[in-house]
Amino acid sequence: MKLTRYALTLIAAAALAGCQSTVKLDEPAPVETRQPEAPKPAQAQNTTQPVAESKVATIDLNAQYTEQVRDKRVVYFDFDSDVVKEEYRPLIDLHAKRLNNNKKLALSLEGNTDERGGREYNLALGQRRAEAVATSLTLLGVGANQVEAVSFGKERPAVQGSGEEAWAKNRRVELKDK
Amino acid sequence: MLASVTRRRGLAALASFAAAPAFAQVRIDIAGVGGTRVPVAIVDFADESKSPQPIAAIIRADLERSGLFRSIDAPGALSETSSPAFADWRARQADALVAGSVNRLADGRLDIRFKLWDVVKGAEIIGQAQAVHADDARLAAHRIADAVYEKLTGDKGVFATRMAYVTKAGRRFSLVIADADGEGAKVALASPEPIISPAWAPSGRELAYVSFESGKATVRIQDIQTGTRRVLADFKGTNSAPAWSPDGNQLALSLSRDGGTQLFVINRDGSGLRRIAQSSAIDTEACYTPDGSKIYFVSDRGGGPQIYRMPAGGGAAERVTFNGSYNISPAISPDGRTMAYVTRIGGAFRLSVMDLGTGQTQQISEANDDESPAFAPNGRLIVYASRAGGKEVLMTTTLDGKIKTPLLVTLAEVREPTWGPFTRQ
Repeated sequence: MKLTRYALTLIAAAALAGCQSTVKLDEPAPVETRQPEAPKPAQAQNTTQPVAESKVATIDLNAQYTEQVRDKRVVYFDFDSDVVKEEYRPLIDLHAKRLNNNKKLALSLEGNTDERGGREYNLALGQRRAEAVATSLTLLGVGANQVEAVSFGKERPAVQGSGEEAWAKNRRVELKDK
Repeated sequence: MLASVTRRRGLAALASFAAAPAFAQVRIDIAGVGGTRVPVAIVDFADESKSPQPIAAIIRADLERSGLFRSIDAPGALSETSSPAFADWRARQADALVAGSVNRLADGRLDIRFKLWDVVKGAEIIGQAQAVHADDARLAAHRIADAVYEKLTGDKGVFATRMAYVTKAGRRFSLVIADADGEGAKVALASPEPIISPAWAPSGRELAYVSFESGKATVRIQDIQTGTRRVLADFKGTNSAPAWSPDGNQLALSLSRDGGTQLFVINRDGSGLRRIAQSSAIDTEACYTPDGSKIYFVSDRGGGPQIYRMPAGGGAAERVTFNGSYNISPAISPDGRTMAYVTRIGGAFRLSVMDLGTGQTQQISEANDDESPAFAPNGRLIVYASRAGGKEVLMTTTLDGKIKTPLLVTLAEVREPTWGPFTRQ
């Protein structure tokens, strides 16, 4: 347990350090939130295609981040472990950026276990995994109110069946928009 | 002649166990061997066709399933008003005889009467009448079985009690309430999301359970007859593992609202939430002792999950299980003497019992996927979830593991059994 916490803190701290360089990305955000109905006049470009002088190319970082995390919403765990593995650091960073960019966004972190063992104890193990992901996000500046760690224990397997192949796919935390 | 003496001893022995609880273990052993089950003749009730349920057949099945009785052929017409030809019944090797009648009352209810005789002595033991709604004919039969069981063994019967359990068929989860024999099942809650950990209120009127219907685990309490239900615990994070205090005034719960899975107590109306333990580990699966003084629970504060106990109001916890690296799901017998739990042996999860006086443990199942043991209110049987033929099933077993019976056979997966109290309301 202590080791786990320590490892988690290290990962989170490392991720936090990495986060500094990404802060700039947040800066242009207010510009992006302007309504398209009130566009700023843009410089016309000399191209063969006619371009409306009032055109503004919109970059929506929220949408960008959402697109970037589209296939990055599951963290898998080793047997009997709640350590968020190093390979998921980029995934966690990305979600942290997204949540920090829009403080109104909130995630439900759904912990799951494989089918072995009691239902209530597995519920608690799934909770521990979900909280490990929650901690790694909040250490990157995500608000505590933006994440809720919950657990489905072994009640909602991603994959049916027994054996390590199925079990490995079921030991997971799913990061879902609320 | 010799046979008659033996039989007489059988019945007398049952009666004497009743007087001296110390013999109870012996009686179960005898039943387990299967050699000396008391032969009982249960004649079809007079005008039984007026009942929507086969009264005599239900009584026979109940008594047989207890492992203490053997139902013997009982042809002929007889009712509670008859004078049985005891010599004939002795010749059939019956020790006890049950007969009765069914009559429809003017208000549509059924008047169901019975009488129990000691065949060996040629004497009446008990006679009773009950007027019930036609929908309660099955319940009336179970009550007769209970009366016969109690008169012949001295223990209260549990045939008229109920069980709650959860079925899963495809993506449909149902919280089901059924008679203790698994028949007469009725759905109390149908949900597309999982339901776990039903817990019967000591009054028998309500069930607490964990439902995932809102996208996470919350604890709800449902009135069985009216279907009225309310949220007991919907705090941030996971809300689970409800356990009623024996007086029914409060429930112990596992909540993650402060981080981790920790034990709390809450009043039954949802007020007065208080944390009763602090650890950096998982603390869950609380269960009260019958006197309400202690709580047994599962914690992995020592590494793997083990069973601990502490004062019900909180305080120093003491480790209870030491064998094996994984012991979970404690249930305490109504007399407070025995704990049923699940232990991991190799890759198998097996039902075990511990004598709380001596600390001696006994594994009473050879299965691989046992879960969720619960005691019958008379403490004679344990119901638990297991797996047979790749399917989830419910089993009952005697405390020594010698008599095991599948509780019900359905196409659905069946799990999470909890045995209701003696009282229905």
